[in-house]
Amino acid sequence: MKAYSLFKKDWQSELRTRYAVNALAMFILVTISVIMFSIGNEKITEYLTGGLLWVVIFFSAMSGLSRAFVSEEERGTTMTLHLIASPSTIFSGKLIFNLLLVFLMNFVITFLFSILFDSFIIKNFTLFAIAFLFGNIGIAVSSTIIAAIISKASSKGTLYPVLSFPILLPLILTLLELTKYAIDGNSVSSSFVEIAVLVCYDVIMLTASYLLFDFIWEE
Amino acid sequence: MTNYTVELNNLVKYFGRRLIFEKINFSFSSKNIYGISGPNGSGKSTLVKIIANLISPTRGKVIHKNNSEEIESTKLHNQIGFVSPYLFLYDEFTAEENLKHIADIRGIPFDKERSDFLLKELRLIDRKTDLVRGYSSGMKQRLKFIFALLHQPSLIILDEPTSNLDNDGKEKVYELIKKEAENKLVIIASNEDSDLNLCSEVIELEKFKRANG
Repeated sequence: MKAYSLFKKDWQSELRTRYAVNALAMFILVTISVIMFSIGNEKITEYLTGGLLWVVIFFSAMSGLSRAFVSEEERGTTMTLHLIASPSTIFSGKLIFNLLLVFLMNFVITFLFSILFDSFIIKNFTLFAIAFLFGNIGIAVSSTIIAAIISKASSKGTLYPVLSFPILLPLILTLLELTKYAIDGNSVSSSFVEIAVLVCYDVIMLTASYLLFDFIWEE
Repeated sequence: MTNYTVELNNLVKYFGRRLIFEKINFSFSSKNIYGISGPNGSGKSTLVKIIANLISPTRGKVIHKNNSEEIESTKLHNQIGFVSPYLFLYDEFTAEENLKHIADIRGIPFDKERSDFLLKELRLIDRKTDLVRGYSSGMKQRLKFIFALLHQPSLIILDEPTSNLDNDGKEKVYELIKKEAENKLVIIASNEDSDLNLCSEVIELEKFKRANG
């Protein structure tokens, strides 16, 4: 409940300041436009479109999800949070906010891909939905803990993608594989290993984040 | 009636290789106002931040006890009210929204009656629906007092409590501090004589530095 209150505060703050939403919307718009201009009239393969989808998602996450902690640090309100909530409440609240942002962002990106790219055809929608669900959770959890780590650093902008790359790489590779299977129309049962890897990634990241956050949060 | 105590056991703080203070042993107990004084850079803010569990000491321990029962560090935040010039509230919310959000995040019901009483006492009641962005520095300082007192904490830590306040604001704040100290523990870090005059005992931080430190 306390975490939900923190999420509510962040969401209302976001609606007033448009700190993350504007950054995300502009990034999505620019990236997809650049891809479309660079492709021109060329016909790209289905696999390549699937790959591009996750590239756009990865870099969009880089541009918007760090705001959860960075905005508090920039406004000087980190200490206020220290004084009103326990570390686990703060992490949970920020995670809920990032989960909502990731799902919104990825719905928009996937929707734009499906209407703008003819070659983006998913034959097994259930498999894609599973990958989408667990992939989004993984991105949100990883981005939240990385945002907490970099929020106190002086070169936040550079550090965020650098730290994210090795942490998100196994997730993105698994998601690419599952998207390929979904495009091919493979069954969910034949993709069990990749789904299990995805779920394990989420569980490990979530557990490690809760264990580490106390140390990251304490100065 | 609760008896809140804070024990400082052999506190040492270094920033890098620079010693801020060392071997601070002290015990604070409720119904008292304590002062922490010292010249600029002597570590007043550092010490109050350590007491408030905002930063860790290099060595030593701070023990908070409520009726002789030690309080876990993760549960400490609801026991402490903190005011300082380097504390900021959310500019994009009004004063009342800030207080409401903070009460919700603390997990306590928002006491509108007490909030309005404090807003009235600190002369912010007419501006409670204005965004904090539009407040003067003095008004923001007054709001920080409401932030610190609304949840009725057992320990009130005030770092330079009267900075940015006008004479009327200072008088009102002194009045509130004296009233709160009737059953709570108040610690004031300041260089202002008028602030330190409220204190029954003052720790002079200069004494906790090595001669060659």
